[in-house]
Amino acid sequence: MRRLNKEILYEIKALYRDDFRVTGYRFGKGEKSVCILGSLRGNEFQQIYVCSQIIRKLLELEKKGRIREGKEILVIPCGNPYSVNTKKRFWTVDNTDINRMFPGYSLGETTQRIAAGIFEKVKDYKYGIQFASFYMPGNFVPQVRMMKTGAENVALAKQFGLPYVVLHKPRPFDTATLNYNWQVWETNAFSIYTTSTSAVDKASAKQALDAVLNFLSKQDIIQYQGYEGYISRVVEGKDFVDVRAEHAGFLEQYAAAGEKVEKGQKLAEIRAPYTAGLLQVISAPVSGTVAFVHNEAMAYQNTAVYKLIPEADEI
Amino acid sequence: MAAQFENFEISEKKRQRSLKILKYWRERMIEQIETIAETELPVDERLKISRYRLMPDGSNVEELERQGRRIGIVTGIHGDELEGQYVCYELGRRIKEEASALCGIVDIYPAMNPFGIDNITRGIPAFDLDMNRLFPGNRNGDMNEYIAAEILKDMKGMALCMDIHASNIFLTEVPQIRINELHKERLLPIAEKANVDLVWVHGASTVLEATFAYSLNDSGVDALVVEMGVGMRITKSYGNQLTDGIFSLMKELGIWSGKVPEVRKPVISNDEKGEDVYYLNARTSGIFLKEKEHGSMVAKGERIGIIVNPLGGEILEEVEAPGDGWLFTIREYPVVDEGSLVGRILKGV
Repeated sequence: MRRLNKEILYEIKALYRDDFRVTGYRFGKGEKSVCILGSLRGNEFQQIYVCSQIIRKLLELEKKGRIREGKEILVIPCGNPYSVNTKKRFWTVDNTDINRMFPGYSLGETTQRIAAGIFEKVKDYKYGIQFASFYMPGNFVPQVRMMKTGAENVALAKQFGLPYVVLHKPRPFDTATLNYNWQVWETNAFSIYTTSTSAVDKASAKQALDAVLNFLSKQDIIQYQGYEGYISRVVEGKDFVDVRAEHAGFLEQYAAAGEKVEKGQKLAEIRAPYTAGLLQVISAPVSGTVAFVHNEAMAYQNTAVYKLIPEADEI
Repeated sequence: MAAQFENFEISEKKRQRSLKILKYWRERMIEQIETIAETELPVDERLKISRYRLMPDGSNVEELERQGRRIGIVTGIHGDELEGQYVCYELGRRIKEEASALCGIVDIYPAMNPFGIDNITRGIPAFDLDMNRLFPGNRNGDMNEYIAAEILKDMKGMALCMDIHASNIFLTEVPQIRINELHKERLLPIAEKANVDLVWVHGASTVLEATFAYSLNDSGVDALVVEMGVGMRITKSYGNQLTDGIFSLMKELGIWSGKVPEVRKPVISNDEKGEDVYYLNARTSGIFLKEKEHGSMVAKGERIGIIVNPLGGEILEEVEAPGDGWLFTIREYPVVDEGSLVGRILKGV
């Protein structure tokens, strides 16, 4: 059996813990074609899982000689094992977010150094794919998200064959994310959201695996014929319709991520936490598809418990 | 004995008289505690952001605002930074001691992030968000965005706002004001009168555009960011120093007619290019033992502290000053990772 081309990309010596390591897996040799990154945060289990599926498949394809000559693929399942192992979303000591530290600074603080160490290894690739997560816990319809930096390539994003390509305007803090900096350094960067984050969702992980293989095949990086996927619909993030909880309380969801809903359809109920009295029936204000659903038992007031992608004629 | 008794009588009379005067003015000063933003929480509680307002009775808020006689003191955006708690208390206490000298509005907001203060947490617990990256907020957004927007709305009309931070739980700082280079022209002359030891003008950064102070300055309200002391602790001497500075600024703005102490002249660092400061980052993970206090002058090669390994009893690194200067930041929290900041030195002071 062929040995995995495993490499330590960045390392920090620790005092009492095992050393902090960012490990990458390389496939093929030659032009830096695509870099795929999984988790940067401690709760991104699905993101690691998807990468593990990609690594397994690429190993199989490499064995069959199906990685194109002169193309190199790098997969980094996790950029932050310390936080994953202690179940903390951000950096263990100071709670900083590695994905707010790019392009990093090799002489700076710890997470700036980690970001710099990772960025040094990922910045020269033609394509960059990151499995990302949202700060609010919830489930997504699988989508490719791109920031509108002027360098985004929508036609390429559609080649993943995921149901949606979502474009959004960068906010101030986005300028320190990997995706943004990849684009600044002229990598075609894509953030992929599968359905879940801290729970493994095998169906959407499979969809993400297919999407990545589909994309690599279309860029002639691998030789592969698989599931073609969807003809992606391109949506602007600003056109998403937020459906909010007017009251705080128990949240009972009736529609799942990816489900088509009609205007007026019941999406959820909010009930009083002590008496079970009905506080609000949350209905769809437009017909469309559920892009995001908040998946916690209790909702805070004003929480966007659903985000809908309206039918094209409603935008 | 008789003479002493007589003196006592006189001083007691004086005391009673001054108490009477104080009572008279206090009765003519309005003290209001109001909720400026609130939201419902899931179980039997509301999240409320409170404002403590002091102003002379009978005054018109709009009129005082038009005259530039309203100041805001804000703290607790980071829940584990408590230095501002003392300043808020002391400011209110001193104003009430001399209520006759108040001729404007003083708005005190001691807890912008009550969840954070309650949970000893820098960010907003439950959401793991840094509140100082949420501004200007959004009235139609989620709970935190809504609160941020409502807070900002309440600042409208202020002549000056001071946002008091305490570095973080890791670092101790000399009292200082930090100014974004974009707002230097407007803010530097004000900051110089705030009785701090250092005014640090730093380069602009897109990430900082989501801070409370940036949003205020952007909207036309002058806002100064104060950093002093250390997280989770109160340094009363710094609190008193800054409170003196606030009174001095209040006098400038026509909010206070009482006597104010003379303010110190701060060191000004025009560090827009980021070349004025040596950053001392740990080269190794370990336990940092400081040997110099913040505020010390240090010479090139002088030892600031050591990083040790208790598992083996050895020194892993000697942290030395890379050049002469003023150690205005020192690490308080002993555990360091490779890269952790252990100190900052202002060059050539």
